[in-house]
Amino acid sequence: MIRFILLQNRQGKTRLAKYYVPLEESEKHKVEYEVHRLVVNRDPKFTNFVEFRTHKVIYRRYAGLFFSMCVDITDNELAYLECIHLFVEILDHFFSNVCELDLVFNFHKVYLILDEFILAGELQETSKKAIIERMGELEKQE
Amino acid sequence: MNPFSSGTRLRDMIRSIRACKTAAEERAVVRKECAAIRSAVSENDNDYRHRNLAKLMFIHMLGYPTHFGQMECLKLIASSGFPEKRIGYLGLMLLLDERQEVLMLVTNSVKQDLNHSNQYIVGLALCALGNICSAEMARDLAPEVERLLQSRDPNIRKKAALCSIRIVKKVPDLAENFMSPAAVLLKEKHHGVLITGLQLCTDLCKVSEEALDYFRKKCTEGLVKVLKDVVNSPYAPEYDIAGITDPFLHIRLLRLLRILGHGDADASDSMNDILAQVATKTETNKNAGNAILYECVQTIMSIEDNSGLRVLAINILGRFLSNRDNNIRYVALNMLMKAIQVDAQAVQRHRATILECVKDLDASIRKRALELIYLLVNETNVKPLTKELIDYLEVSDEEFKGDLTAKICSIVEKFSPEKIWYIDQMLKVLSEAGNYVKNEVWHALIVVISNASDLHGYTVRSLFKAFQTSGDQESLVRVAVWCIGEYGEMLVNNIGMLDIEDPVTVTESDAVDVLEIVMKRHTSEIDTREMSLIALLKLSSRFPACSERIRDIIVQNKGSLVLELQQRSIEFNSIVAKHQNIRSALVERMPVLDETTYSGKRPGTLPATGSTSTGASLNIPNGVAKSALPLVDLLDLGSDDAPPPSSSGGDFLNDLLGIGVSPTPSMSGSSKSPTKGTDVLLDLLSIGTPPAQNNFSNDLLSMSTNNGPSFSSLERTQSLSSQVSSPPGAAPMMDLLDSLSPTVSMTSNSLADMNLTGDNGLVHQPIVAFQSKSLKIMFSFSKKPGSPQTTLITATFTNLSSNDYTEFLFQAAVPKFVQLQLETASSNTLPASGNGSITQTLSVTNSQQGQKALAMRLRVQYKVNGEEGLELGQVNNFPHGL
Repeated sequence: MIRFILLQNRQGKTRLAKYYVPLEESEKHKVEYEVHRLVVNRDPKFTNFVEFRTHKVIYRRYAGLFFSMCVDITDNELAYLECIHLFVEILDHFFSNVCELDLVFNFHKVYLILDEFILAGELQETSKKAIIERMGELEKQE
Repeated sequence: MNPFSSGTRLRDMIRSIRACKTAAEERAVVRKECAAIRSAVSENDNDYRHRNLAKLMFIHMLGYPTHFGQMECLKLIASSGFPEKRIGYLGLMLLLDERQEVLMLVTNSVKQDLNHSNQYIVGLALCALGNICSAEMARDLAPEVERLLQSRDPNIRKKAALCSIRIVKKVPDLAENFMSPAAVLLKEKHHGVLITGLQLCTDLCKVSEEALDYFRKKCTEGLVKVLKDVVNSPYAPEYDIAGITDPFLHIRLLRLLRILGHGDADASDSMNDILAQVATKTETNKNAGNAILYECVQTIMSIEDNSGLRVLAINILGRFLSNRDNNIRYVALNMLMKAIQVDAQAVQRHRATILECVKDLDASIRKRALELIYLLVNETNVKPLTKELIDYLEVSDEEFKGDLTAKICSIVEKFSPEKIWYIDQMLKVLSEAGNYVKNEVWHALIVVISNASDLHGYTVRSLFKAFQTSGDQESLVRVAVWCIGEYGEMLVNNIGMLDIEDPVTVTESDAVDVLEIVMKRHTSEIDTREMSLIALLKLSSRFPACSERIRDIIVQNKGSLVLELQQRSIEFNSIVAKHQNIRSALVERMPVLDETTYSGKRPGTLPATGSTSTGASLNIPNGVAKSALPLVDLLDLGSDDAPPPSSSGGDFLNDLLGIGVSPTPSMSGSSKSPTKGTDVLLDLLSIGTPPAQNNFSNDLLSMSTNNGPSFSSLERTQSLSSQVSSPPGAAPMMDLLDSLSPTVSMTSNSLADMNLTGDNGLVHQPIVAFQSKSLKIMFSFSKKPGSPQTTLITATFTNLSSNDYTEFLFQAAVPKFVQLQLETASSNTLPASGNGSITQTLSVTNSQQGQKALAMRLRVQYKVNGEEGLELGQVNNFPHGL
């Protein structure tokens, strides 16, 4: 199960933080700080997995943005790595060539996309096309 | 009206925040915005509520407090339009979680939305419920969710499935309601619904044994078929990742099959073919394919035995391990750890590769590999593996050294084939990374050294050499200091040279140099200095030529700011200067430390009674000083913590006897405070409460009065003023023990009086206090009318065996409410076959006479034909009223 998903830039500014387990606000800030420190300076040749407390963080870097997922120790690391990539592809498709600023100004839409992709810490939909179409329908509701 | 397209205030706010150059500026902007939102909240502004909440979410993401917006979420959720509800639910998930009580208020709105005619609104409600619902909400809303699992809209079905996972995790009792709807989901063609259905079944199996059986019986066949279809499906652009159709679905299927196959031969059997197909046919040049293989290997390892499949799995892991992608190697190491239980031999084949991984630059890989190596070590490969690891220790990162050292030490302790190898390896580790070595590790090393009498010389010389090159490693220094103190003469005289050794010339003053460096170096920890001070005292007796120089070094600490050092310095100085005659007895070599007791003690704390048997293996020579030492071992006195300085006689005596700071390696860890140690001692001997330590010292002395001439006479001087036979050494000893309180001498005096006047108290029947095959102890009692609480016990010892007992020593311990004094025994030799006896008088004062009965623990040791004998017993049959 995914415990939380973080989207941070190189400076450690959080662009998206989704928690599927309840944490105190102060604890969330600590987690965000620690995860950023763990992933920011790792050599790109290193594994995309770091142990974090009793769990592990699967992260992937896209330009200046780090996508991190904290998952259970028994979860399939490679699958979550693929999962991050799929999420990025969806974002890229939705914003057509996504950049950090898109995510800043449309943060609420990013959350909406994420809610169509992952729910209760589990994968909800694996088709990029289905999610993009669903987003189109939701936008029509506005 | 769309809040984000018209009147772009959210955009404006984000812009102005981004334009801030300093944190202070940003805070000012945020403060202003928050103030505006607060006033809008208090005015109950409807038009801009969702825009305000959106702003608030952004502010929240920046890390500012936004609790005042929580009620706004609820209002938005309760409003009718989709845009308001959307922002409301989003705010609910971001700003609140299951622990807030406000959440209770939203249950009703969520319930209404779950029944809404607009499927998008139902979707919003399911999403929020799935992400943050509490156990109460789960109970309240489970029927709605269950119904939605059968909704016509696949988007609702998949959301409801994941929502159900949250519900059964919160309330496992509800699992059975979801079993049959979940099974229906497994027949879906829609990937989204199928994948969420699989996940729901997996989680149901985890919370309910019943669900597991149900799915195993009903769904295994179907799932195998689904997996077959997916694996063999033609190209599907919608789900294609690197040429594989929906790897996520593959993985979910394999995972559920793993749970169903685990522990069930039939289910396992039915999935063999498809697993073999996945394991052989999956593309391995992309991450997605490897993810499937990884999952497949895990499933093969978990389901019931099929050797063919396992070979396949191990081969895949072998390929993974040699992959150039670090991620793949990482998961391979992870998997091998599980495979080791299935096929240790197959994993051993990859040892060399795994060892390489320990040296990887990437900490994640190193850590995995080290754990794995640790599992791989056995008696046959321990030597080469340890060598590799120690070699690597020299070049490894500082941050990795702690883990690595701990593992090496653990391996060496566990698998060491011989003592010399153990000592060699530990010395290497100590020299390389002594600062990372935990206390219990070097304590254990000292126990081993102490037991390897043929290696004492070799060890102390190796340590001396190691100190010259690695003197900055604290643990190494401590072990070296201890060994030099104990075996100093072997260092200088090259005693016990092994063939492998190069002879070294070390003078007495070289050895003292080491201790002096340790004493004076400002980086030495206080404990190390304390150990060094004791080693110096020991050397002063072993190297008479250096005695003066040693005294100078000791004296230099007279003004130390550390009380412990100061006190020891003054005491030791006085021993060196004034008590030459007892010094050599005081600083005798430590008796051999018992390995089994020590290793037994390490995991937990030591029960006081259990330790009594330790004495059995200890070689106790004559004399109080020495007989006290095993007692210390026995009692597990902490030594590397500085004992709190105390002026009471008991403590002082302890220190005098080398108990205090001396590196008694029998302690179980540094955490144990010496005060506690004393308590244990008191407990064992049960002599009054801690303040009454005078009695304790008295007892300690009297325990072996029949052996050590100087001490026994001292004791006599102390307790029986009528007997004056003190040899020259006794008088100064009195000075050392001057803190013994007058109460003791008073009781002793009255005791003496009593002895002189004879027994004229009440007479109780004698009892057999102890009887074994070899020994019988009789107690007879007498009372003195003046002091009803005090009983005089005359113990008569009879030897029932056919051999004479020599060096006979009787010790006794009583509960805390009783005070005990032992008089000198009539002899320390007990003739065989009852041809004579020893008598010894005990005086016990029961402070709770009439309320609590007297009880006593006995310990008798003696020598039979030069061999140690030990008897332990307990006396519970004292006459009533004593």
